[in-house]
Amino acid sequence: MNAVIQLDDIHKTYHTGEFDVHAVRGVSLAIHQGEFVAVMGASGSGKSTLMNILGCLDRPTGGRYSLDGVDVSELNRDELADIRNRKIGFVFQGFNLLSRTSALENVELPMLYTHHHLSSHELRERAMKSLTIVSLADRADHHPSQLSGGQQQRVAIARALINEPALLLADEPTGNLDSRTSVEIMGTLQKLNDEGITIVMVTHELDIAHYTKRNVIMRDGKVVTDTLVTNRLSAEEELRRLQQAQAEVQLIP
Amino acid sequence: MRAWATLRIALRALLRNKMRTVLTMLGMIIGVSAVIAMVGIGNGAKSQIEAQIANLGENVILVFSGSTARGGVHGGWGSAGTLTIDDADAIQREIYGVVGISPEVRSGSQIIAGNQNWNTQVLGESTGYFDLRKWPIVEGVSYTEQDQRSANKVAVVGRTITEQLFAGEDPIGKVLRIRNIPFVITGVLLSKGLSVSGQDQDDVIVIPYTTAMKRLQGVTTLRTINVQMLKPTLLATAQQQIIELLRQRHRIGPGRDDDFTVRNQQEIADMATAQSKTMTLLLGAIAGVSLVVGGIGIMNIMLVSVTERTREIGIRMAVGAHGRDILLQFLIEAVTLSAIGGIIGIGLGVGTSQLLAAKMNWPTLTSPSSIVIAFVFSAAIGIFFGFYPAQKASRLDPIEALRYE
Repeated sequence: MNAVIQLDDIHKTYHTGEFDVHAVRGVSLAIHQGEFVAVMGASGSGKSTLMNILGCLDRPTGGRYSLDGVDVSELNRDELADIRNRKIGFVFQGFNLLSRTSALENVELPMLYTHHHLSSHELRERAMKSLTIVSLADRADHHPSQLSGGQQQRVAIARALINEPALLLADEPTGNLDSRTSVEIMGTLQKLNDEGITIVMVTHELDIAHYTKRNVIMRDGKVVTDTLVTNRLSAEEELRRLQQAQAEVQLIP
Repeated sequence: MRAWATLRIALRALLRNKMRTVLTMLGMIIGVSAVIAMVGIGNGAKSQIEAQIANLGENVILVFSGSTARGGVHGGWGSAGTLTIDDADAIQREIYGVVGISPEVRSGSQIIAGNQNWNTQVLGESTGYFDLRKWPIVEGVSYTEQDQRSANKVAVVGRTITEQLFAGEDPIGKVLRIRNIPFVITGVLLSKGLSVSGQDQDDVIVIPYTTAMKRLQGVTTLRTINVQMLKPTLLATAQQQIIELLRQRHRIGPGRDDDFTVRNQQEIADMATAQSKTMTLLLGAIAGVSLVVGGIGIMNIMLVSVTERTREIGIRMAVGAHGRDILLQFLIEAVTLSAIGGIIGIGLGVGTSQLLAAKMNWPTLTSPSSIVIAFVFSAAIGIFFGFYPAQKASRLDPIEALRYE
């Protein structure tokens, strides 16, 4: 199977004054299509830096990074922007939607920066399709402030999907959500993964990592563990269980 | 990124902060309207001065007598008069392209008609004077060549004279006394109104120069010789030839100063328009300062806007916006602010100058070119003052921008 992500001895060093900070010190990793990977680690472990490199927001200072068959380690700012636009969908911890802009227009946003031109009708149609995937088609005209946290994150997922990326990158997607909504979001991601979308997610919550298929744990800029998840949780089942528990609570007088 | 989508994004951002947008535009509106109104006032004054200059007649050369002092003391006109009728005849005879000539003397005199009296300027001119100055006689006729030869006591009067002495009645054929000498009025001049300096140009009596010299003033020299040339291209050479001719006639040796001054109409016009140009420039510059202040206001607001929307910029960059897209977005915002402000300012400025013209009788002139220049200039101010903030936005690091709180 083709590797979506191929990292070879990736290094990232920041020069801050007198010190050199080695945030990532030699990470080699291959992630194949259809994988669902959780990158974990304490703060300072280098996982955020690695995510920025994976997301083509930052360039490694050493090593080779090939994304979907393209070597992106030497691209310039604009070329990286095009790669982000076409190959990567971002989901952030803080949702990062444009306020006072409807859900639909938020979803359309990446297409505004795409090279091939679409009519506004086509734009709308594709955005609606994307919103339908996350079951928010009925909220297309709502502004982010009129949506719950979970709904906002689903709009962000719809936005990430709009250009049919090779990779969905989620940076602590459940960090700002309560546990039940977190499970819902994981359910959405699991569903997308089942349809064949490759997902890499950063999290520090172990239980959230259990919904993925593979856990990569980092420490001091290196990968220390890389294991497949054996007792994988299903968000669907978990939700059913939660609902049952809630129903039982309500039955108690 | 499509320009149309960028434009929509920019316009929406402006609509979101209506109060701020309006206040920022206000700076441009005031600046542009001030420039339009001020330049309008300046141009109005200039065109009025130009109209006055045109009153001198076309292609006219003026020869003034007595440019040098005798014994260190400057005599007034007449006493230091150095030009003679012979000089005038010689100019007409020997200079190529002379189509009209009018020897001139003038004096201020008390005039009387019936029981009314008035003090006015009495010009002695030839019959060609009215053509030369493009100053038509609207009632009656000019005096004739015969009158001029015989030094007859006839006069053409300005409109003010008829009003002061004859209470607006038809004065043709009536008698007025200049220094107690009776003159018969043959014609009335077209009213010219006030000059730029506020002088009443209609407060004048024109009589044959021969009469003025012999009967009124008893002088043999002229104050001025008005010379009209065929074509404007002849002015410069004719001016030179007149100088040479008069130096020769007055026997002025090499290295000695002329005892006369020759000016052509262009020089006089240039002097007058130079003044009004300076005024226009000054008014425009003062108004221009407010335009620059308006531009700085735009820059200020755009800088605030970029800081406020750092996260938005980060999001746009994360999903694939190039630095250029961001630059364009903010530049369009700035240019929209300044251009719409400019358009409103043009409307306001034109309105103001028309109001000034209507209510305060100030001559104003807003030319289409000044409007176009004002618009282009205001758009350019948007680009100039919007560029720095837009560039700042386009150079943000997406990672930093996304983290910005």
